[in-house]
Amino acid sequence: MCLAIPVRVERREGDEVWVRLGSVRMRVSVVLTPDVGVDDWILVHAGFAIQRISEADARATWALAEASGLGTTPEELVGP
Amino acid sequence: MDELLERVVRPPLANVWLDTLGDSAVLPSAGEHFAFSTDSYVVQPLEFPGGDIGRLAVSGTVNDLAVCGAVPRYLSLGLILEEGLEIALLERVMASVAETAREAGVSVVTGDCKVVARGQADGMYLNTSGIGALRADADLGMDRVRPGDHVLASGPVGGHGLAVMLQREEAFGFESELRSDVAPLSGLIGRVLDACGEDVAFMRDPTRGGLAGVVTDIAFRSGWRLTLDEACIPVRQEERYAADMLGLDPLDVASEGKVVIVVRAEASERALEALRAHPLGREAARIGVVEDDRDGLCDMITEAGGRRVLQKPYGEELPRIC
Amino acid sequence: MAALAEELAELTVPFRERTLRFMEVCGTHTVNACRSGVHGLVGSAVTLISGPGCPVCVTAQRYIDAAVDLGRDASVILATYGDMLRVTGRNGSLEAARSEGASVRVVTSALEAVRLAERHPDRQVVFAAVGFETTAPATAAAILEVRKRRLANFTVLPCHKRILPAMEALVSDPEVRIDGFLCPGHVSVVTGSELYRPLVDGHRIPCVVGGFEPFQIMEALVHLARQVVSGAPLLENLYPQVVTPEGNRVARALLERVFVPGDSAWRALGVIAGSGLDLRPEYQDLDAVVRFGVTLGEDRDPPGCRCGEVLTGRCRPGDCPLFAKACTPVRPIGPCMVSSEGACQAFFRYRRNERRREAVVS
Repeated sequence: MCLAIPVRVERREGDEVWVRLGSVRMRVSVVLTPDVGVDDWILVHAGFAIQRISEADARATWALAEASGLGTTPEELVGP
Repeated sequence: MDELLERVVRPPLANVWLDTLGDSAVLPSAGEHFAFSTDSYVVQPLEFPGGDIGRLAVSGTVNDLAVCGAVPRYLSLGLILEEGLEIALLERVMASVAETAREAGVSVVTGDCKVVARGQADGMYLNTSGIGALRADADLGMDRVRPGDHVLASGPVGGHGLAVMLQREEAFGFESELRSDVAPLSGLIGRVLDACGEDVAFMRDPTRGGLAGVVTDIAFRSGWRLTLDEACIPVRQEERYAADMLGLDPLDVASEGKVVIVVRAEASERALEALRAHPLGREAARIGVVEDDRDGLCDMITEAGGRRVLQKPYGEELPRIC
Repeated sequence: MAALAEELAELTVPFRERTLRFMEVCGTHTVNACRSGVHGLVGSAVTLISGPGCPVCVTAQRYIDAAVDLGRDASVILATYGDMLRVTGRNGSLEAARSEGASVRVVTSALEAVRLAERHPDRQVVFAAVGFETTAPATAAAILEVRKRRLANFTVLPCHKRILPAMEALVSDPEVRIDGFLCPGHVSVVTGSELYRPLVDGHRIPCVVGGFEPFQIMEALVHLARQVVSGAPLLENLYPQVVTPEGNRVARALLERVFVPGDSAWRALGVIAGSGLDLRPEYQDLDAVVRFGVTLGEDRDPPGCRCGEVLTGRCRPGDCPLFAKACTPVRPIGPCMVSSEGACQAFFRYRRNERRREAVVS
C-alpha cells in the first residue's frame, strides 16, 4: 500500500495525475493534494497522492532508497 | 497448488522418475538416456510485449529439457481453442511457435487441436511436451550440489512476470512497455556445458516462484546453506521500478529466459565467460555460494549490510503468468 | 550505517542489563527493518519491538466477520484491500468466501471501489475501509465522490483506526515497557508530527518520526537512544522531507468533514475510546452496518494464537508455540502471519533462522 519512493507527475487530468517511474505509468488521485502539478514529485499511498515533495528532498529520499537496493535515482533527479 | 500436487495428483502415479521432481524425466532407452518434459500454458493476456503464449509454450518446455542436460529435439503441441478466437491472433501465435522452435533447434513433430465453446479456454490453452537426448558430459542433480560451489544467474530476473502482470485488466491504472524476457535457452545452456561439462552440478530456470523459489529449493533439498549477495543479483532498473510500484520483490517474480546454475568454484569463471559470450547471457553474474553448513536455508547479505533469510514466495499465487 | 551502529552500541552500554525497548508502530517499518537485517545491527542492548502498526492485524474479529458475512450476501460485491483477503473469522475468510462463489474484489484504491459501484448498478458495493490515518482520507474522498455521483449502491464498512489512542493505551499499561517510539512515517505525513505531542509532554516518552529506509530506521534508533541517555524526552522529526508538524491540511479537513472519532475494538487491546473513525450522522446512510442492519459480534482469538501479545510487544513472533509450526504464511492462523505487514510474517520471511541458530549455539 505504501510507496515510500517519490514519483514524478507526468500529466494531470482533473483530479487525477499520471506518474511515471522508469517505463511504468500509474494513475493517482490528487484529491488530497490539489496543488500538485506536472513535474512535481509526490508520495503515493493506496492510489492517492498524500504529499508533494521538493525535488531536492526527492533526490535525498532516492539516495537512501538506492542504498538499500530499491533502484537507482531516476534520471530526472540526477542533475548536471 | 503444491499441496494439490502432493496429495491428489502425484500419488496414484508414483514412480522413480516422477518422484525425482526434476524439470524433466530422464529415461533410459536401449543404452541411451532421454529427457522428457511437459507443460501447459494458460497465460493471460495471450499476447504481451516481448512475446506471446506460443513463444512461451516452446521456450518453457525447451528450457525444462535443457536444464537437465538434454539437447531438446522434438516437441508435441496441443491446442485448446475457444470458439470465436480471432484467426489473425492464432496465426500470430503459430508464427511465434515456428520461429521460437527454429531458434531453439527443435521440431514440432506431433500435435492436436480441439475447439471448445465460447466462454471456455479463455481464448487459448496450449500444451507442449518435449523430448531430448541427454548429453554424455552432463551429470546434473540436487545431490551433486556441494559446499564451495558457486551460484550463477544468467541475467536480470523478474522480467516476464512483471511484463505480463502490467498488461492485465486488473492492472487498472497502470501503463507499461516492459517486455517479457521469454526465450529458449538450449543454445546458451549448450555453451555452458561445452565449457564446463561435469563441473556443472545443477541448473534450473526461475519461472514460477522466481529466483527466490529456485535458490530456496536448492537449499532445502540439497540440505546445504546457500548465501547470496543482494548487490550481485542482476535486476534491470526498469523492472525494479515496476516491482516498486506494484509492491513486489523482483526476486519473487518469474523469468522465462533465464537460468540459475550451480557450478564448481574452479569452473565458475569459465561458465560466466561462456554465458556472457552468448546474446542471452551478456549480464550473467555470480550471485552466491554454497556453504559448508547443513542448514537448508538460503541467506542473503542485504544491500544495507545486514543479513536475512530468503523465503520462497507463497500466498496469493500470481495467477496466469505462464 | 556502520557509524550509526557503532554510535548506538556506545550510547547503550549502560543499558546492557535491562535493554532498551523501542517500539515501532508501522507495518512498513516492521517489514523494512526485518528485510534489511537492521535487527542484527542494533546490538544487544536495544530491542526493536513491533507494535500495533499493521492495520489488518489490529482489526478486531467482529469486523472481519461482518465483512465476510456481507461478502457472502449474493447482492453484494465486497471490495477490499488485498491484505484482508486471507484473515480468517468465525465464518471463514474473504478468500474462502470468494472460492465459494462470493463476489469479493481486491482494489488498490478506494476510488476503484466507487468505479465498481458505477459499473454494477444492480449490485451493492461494500468497501471494507481498513487502515490508519494514512488511508482514511482516501475513504473520505471516495465517500464525497459517491455523494457527487449520487450513487445509491455504495457503502463502507467503517474500520479505520487512529494510532495515537493505541500508543497511549500501551504506555499506560504497566506490563508493557516502552522506552521510546519510532513513529510511523506515512501516518505522520497526514496527521503531522504534532500528533505525538501528548506522548512526549504527558507520558514523557521519547518519540522520533523516521523514514523507511534502513539508514533512516537506524538513525531514528540512535536519536531515541540519545534521548534516553539525556533523560529529556523530545518529539523529533527525522523525516522532514515529507512530514511537517501540521501534516496534510487538505487530508485532515476531509477526515473532519466525513468522520468523527468514536470507540473502536482492537485485537488484543479491546475497545479503546475515541480510537476509531465513525461516519458523521449526515453520512450514516453510507454505513454498511446501518444499510444492512449488521450486528457486530464477539471477538475471539484462535486457540493458542498469541497475536495479541505480539501486537502489544509482550512477546516475539518466535515465542508463539504456533509460529512456523501450525502457523505459517501458507497456512496462517492469526492475522499477524496473514498480513504482509504483520510481525509474524515478517519474522518468518526474514528472521526464521534466528531461532534455529540460537538453538544450535546453545
